[in-house]
Amino acid sequence: MSITIKRPGILTTVQDLGRHGFNRFGVNPGGACDRAAARILNTLLGNEENAAVIETHFPAVELVFDSKKDFSVGGADFIPTLNGKEIQNWRVYTAAKGDTLKFKGKRLGSRAYLAVKGGFKVAEWLGSSSTNLLAAAGGFEGRPLKSGDIVKIARADMPFGRAGKMVSFTLIPRYSTGPTVRVIEGGESGLVGKDTWKTFESSTFTITQDSDRMGYRLRGPALATKRKYEMVTSAATFGTVQLLPDGQLVVLMADHQTTGGYPRIATVLASDLPLLAQLGPGDKIRFESVPIEEAEKAMAEFEKDLRMLRLATSAR
Amino acid sequence: MTYRIFPLSETAVTVEFGNKISPELNDRAIRFAEALSSSPFEGMLEAAPAYSSVTVFFDAVAVRRGNPFAESAHAAVRDGLEAVLRTLRREKHSPDRTVDIPFSAGKDVSLDLDFVASESGLSPEEVLEIFVSRTYRVYMLGFLPGFAYMGDLDPRIAVPRRATPRIRVPRGSVAVAGRQTGIYSLESPGGWHVLGRTSVSMFAPQKSKPCLVEPGDEIRFTLIRT
Repeated sequence: MSITIKRPGILTTVQDLGRHGFNRFGVNPGGACDRAAARILNTLLGNEENAAVIETHFPAVELVFDSKKDFSVGGADFIPTLNGKEIQNWRVYTAAKGDTLKFKGKRLGSRAYLAVKGGFKVAEWLGSSSTNLLAAAGGFEGRPLKSGDIVKIARADMPFGRAGKMVSFTLIPRYSTGPTVRVIEGGESGLVGKDTWKTFESSTFTITQDSDRMGYRLRGPALATKRKYEMVTSAATFGTVQLLPDGQLVVLMADHQTTGGYPRIATVLASDLPLLAQLGPGDKIRFESVPIEEAEKAMAEFEKDLRMLRLATSAR
Repeated sequence: MTYRIFPLSETAVTVEFGNKISPELNDRAIRFAEALSSSPFEGMLEAAPAYSSVTVFFDAVAVRRGNPFAESAHAAVRDGLEAVLRTLRREKHSPDRTVDIPFSAGKDVSLDLDFVASESGLSPEEVLEIFVSRTYRVYMLGFLPGFAYMGDLDPRIAVPRRATPRIRVPRGSVAVAGRQTGIYSLESPGGWHVLGRTSVSMFAPQKSKPCLVEPGDEIRFTLIRT
């Protein structure tokens, strides 16, 4: 069982929820930028949440199913079509052998995901199927997919039969082109004074062209530090908001460096990273700080919602 | 022992012993990471040491399950880490081993040797001589898979990093920045000054222990004339 890539699209890679436990070797977790989308689609299909999915940017991948198979797409809305007929995000369809999945246009978001029943099957590296482009390891031969690639699908007890199952509206992340994302204060938030912090929380920042899976460079009012500060290299993570010497901000994304030397003034909540993952150049963003307890509560709520989805979709 | 402790994210806590590059603080970080790794708490994914800090990554769901009465997973982890910190002894971390890194210098590979020489008012030969005259401590791995941050460089050849980073620094480049030295384990963008190149593989993805060196090791560079 497999799919065949007809057109690769922009940076189409195999990803899961990341390679954890190797930061101390300089190996970042990587993984799907929009974790919520990958987890929801896998749950909907009855897969393990961590099953490997395909992440694609626009212009997106075009591929053919080599056997009858349940699948679902989500994340960005790139107007998915099956054999030319428009289909919906967040809903299970059954592809017949030879069916073509194509994306027609960019309606909302920057990264779409394809999950198949059973999950994609690639050689794992350090316990994960995610593609690490820098190390050229993991995923599909450690590289983006290209035309003619045949990506295998892991065996599943019931490869099809879930068609029509859908995700409840409330579970779908509230994607937009100008979200407010919540942050907790970072290790060096004390470097900026009260007024500057107010500017940080009340301003609108623009995602610049210099933005990819490694990080987003933002353009906004220059934020000043109270004093000059040379930071010794320390850990960074997905969601870390770094303050550059010129007063501009960078938000680190899934393919971030494991360590950095710029002050970490905030960290975007894991629960709001999916909103960030769907932004592209020109989109806007605002920040709102919350205590760590609220951040954990938001995480726990999503976990609960996913459990509900798993229960609801496993019922006959 | 003084330290700061703060959430890096909902699933990571950083303990910082100070904000400077010093063998003493690095010893502490390595010791603390070792103590945690040898008896990890439920839900802990890893303890990653940096120059003068340790970041502990964990699965928040597992931590909450193990600590149902804690005010938050963060609080449970913080309390657990502080208990370990209280038992941490102030002993020196003796170097695990010394690793020899032969490297070559020459027009094709020593991209910034002339620049470093002119900035430090020395000849290229003198820069290389000073560079290989001491052993370096591996403080931490980070930035790239297998990239070792090492020090301390002789102040006479310490030059701030490039104003504009190179888009591509070749794999194996032996580079310096400030009082740090490092080896580009993979081709990547980078802003350090390249003095030469080694063919020693610092990172082998398919090995179970993918990195050649680890924090606390000592490195000795030897120059192969070309």
